[in-house]
Amino acid sequence: MTTLTVSGPALVVDRHLLRDIRIVMTRELKPVLRDPFSLLFGMIQPLVFLALFGPLLSGSMGGTFGAGVWQWFVPSILVMTTLFGTSTTGANLLFEFQTGAHERMLVTPLSRSSLLIGRALKEMVPLFGQAVIVIAVMTPFAFDLHVGGALVGLALLAVFGVGLGSFSYALAIAVRKQDWMFWVVQQTFLFPLMILSGMLLPLETGPGWMRVASKFNPLSYLVDAERTLFSGDVWSSAVLWGLVAAIVTAALGLTVGIRAMLRSAA
Amino acid sequence: MISTRALTRDFVVSRTETVHAVRGISLDVEPGELVAVLGPNGAGKTTTLRMLTTLITPTAGTATVAGYDVTTQPSQVRRRIGYVGQGNGAGHTQRVGDELHGQGVIYGLDRRAAKQRAGELLDALELRELAQRKVSELSGGQRRRLDVAMGLVHAPSLLFLDEPSTGLDPQNRANLWDHILRMREEHAMTIVLTTHYLDEADTMAERVVVVDHGEVIADDTASALKARLAGDRLALTVAPDHLSRLTVLAEKLPGAREVVAVGDELSIRVADGPAALPELIAAAQHDGVPIASAQVHRPTLDDVFLNLTGRNLREAA
Repeated sequence: MTTLTVSGPALVVDRHLLRDIRIVMTRELKPVLRDPFSLLFGMIQPLVFLALFGPLLSGSMGGTFGAGVWQWFVPSILVMTTLFGTSTTGANLLFEFQTGAHERMLVTPLSRSSLLIGRALKEMVPLFGQAVIVIAVMTPFAFDLHVGGALVGLALLAVFGVGLGSFSYALAIAVRKQDWMFWVVQQTFLFPLMILSGMLLPLETGPGWMRVASKFNPLSYLVDAERTLFSGDVWSSAVLWGLVAAIVTAALGLTVGIRAMLRSAA
Repeated sequence: MISTRALTRDFVVSRTETVHAVRGISLDVEPGELVAVLGPNGAGKTTTLRMLTTLITPTAGTATVAGYDVTTQPSQVRRRIGYVGQGNGAGHTQRVGDELHGQGVIYGLDRRAAKQRAGELLDALELRELAQRKVSELSGGQRRRLDVAMGLVHAPSLLFLDEPSTGLDPQNRANLWDHILRMREEHAMTIVLTTHYLDEADTMAERVVVVDHGEVIADDTASALKARLAGDRLALTVAPDHLSRLTVLAEKLPGAREVVAVGDELSIRVADGPAALPELIAAAQHDGVPIASAQVHRPTLDDVFLNLTGRNLREAA
């Protein structure tokens, strides 16, 4: 028979939001770090896309870009990785709704907002890993790495990713009772956002309405900022606009996400 | 430990439809009690439990749990209670040991204490060999033991179990209950559980609260409920031409009611079956009525529910 080392009242400690956030983030990261194969697989996906789409882009648009096609396209891939990775992350929370793990955490003393913030912040980690791999693989080829700009670029992606991840969690909470809706809504937003950001193909050659629509897409500003940063230009208005877009996305996402999380028990 | 007054919860389904899931439940649970809340599906058991565990707020009424109000001081309540929901508390993508350890950290244990506590519970609930496994790889019974372990990490003085053994085979159910009852001894815990297994409420709980349509319709020990609301049933078979004579004898038994003759069988409801049966057989022999067979049916909580509501517990939903 085991003897017990703890008793109830000793556990009633003061709670700190930062501690709660760290607990939630650590818990979210554990399956990622415990499963290196799926981690590696996820890391390689952007490279596969790069290898398949890059040459096509180079062939059909080579005249527009000249030798700079990779300089143009590698930042796109980084934003795309962010977009795909963080916009789907709500599915993890949906799964925890279905199994009962989320309900269990709602009955613990963890603050409701930490359940959202911790999850959103965790998005930065795989994102950072993927970005580093893409840059490391591409740099020996035709990609010019400017370390300062690249670091600022990664920071910008992280902020944006936290925002988009929060929206994804908010969506998951909103549709938790008809979970298939998650993918319907996610896909409905994903492709217009992606195409209207000039991420895959430049919008300069597209019709006027597309260029106008892209002005209302926060992702456009992020893509522009990343291209500017990865070309080594940190002090540019494009970077500033990208920063604004990332911060606004993060602030809105966290607000919407936390509000959704507060109501997620009912 | 728990005190509710007129606890009520409505769910607004649409503009024209509101479901009154819980209608004014007043309940007091003393420290150390083991209470089973029994009722058909949709009776309001889980809704009541979700209010007591701060998952949803009451529409009206009050509830004090572990000394704190569930509506105004939910975080105080959460620190002091353990909860095992209907689903799996442990994340399916997580490892068993990680979740148990993490749960300890959530409740404020430092890393060392959390590790030690996780180790104790792994041993106590026979999960030691599974510590490195992913939760999704566990069997139903193993997963349920892990859920209970998670609910016990902070040694709560009050533990809520929502249908703890649903979906388990009899062997796993018995095994789970061995663990729960042993942990209760060690921790001096108060336990409130919901169940729709009659035998579970009957054999495990010291007190049974029967809920139907969002209201408490009976609240006592299982044996008192059965004696008061159901009673034992005697069933005797005789040759048809002796049936009327036996009926007269049966009606003379102290406390006999529901004396019903069907075919060659006579059924009698009495308070104390084992005492009444020899008495009736002796009287029958004295009058020369030959009894072909005799049985005592002890009542179940289903009989209690049937007598209270006119419905069978399984069909009631």
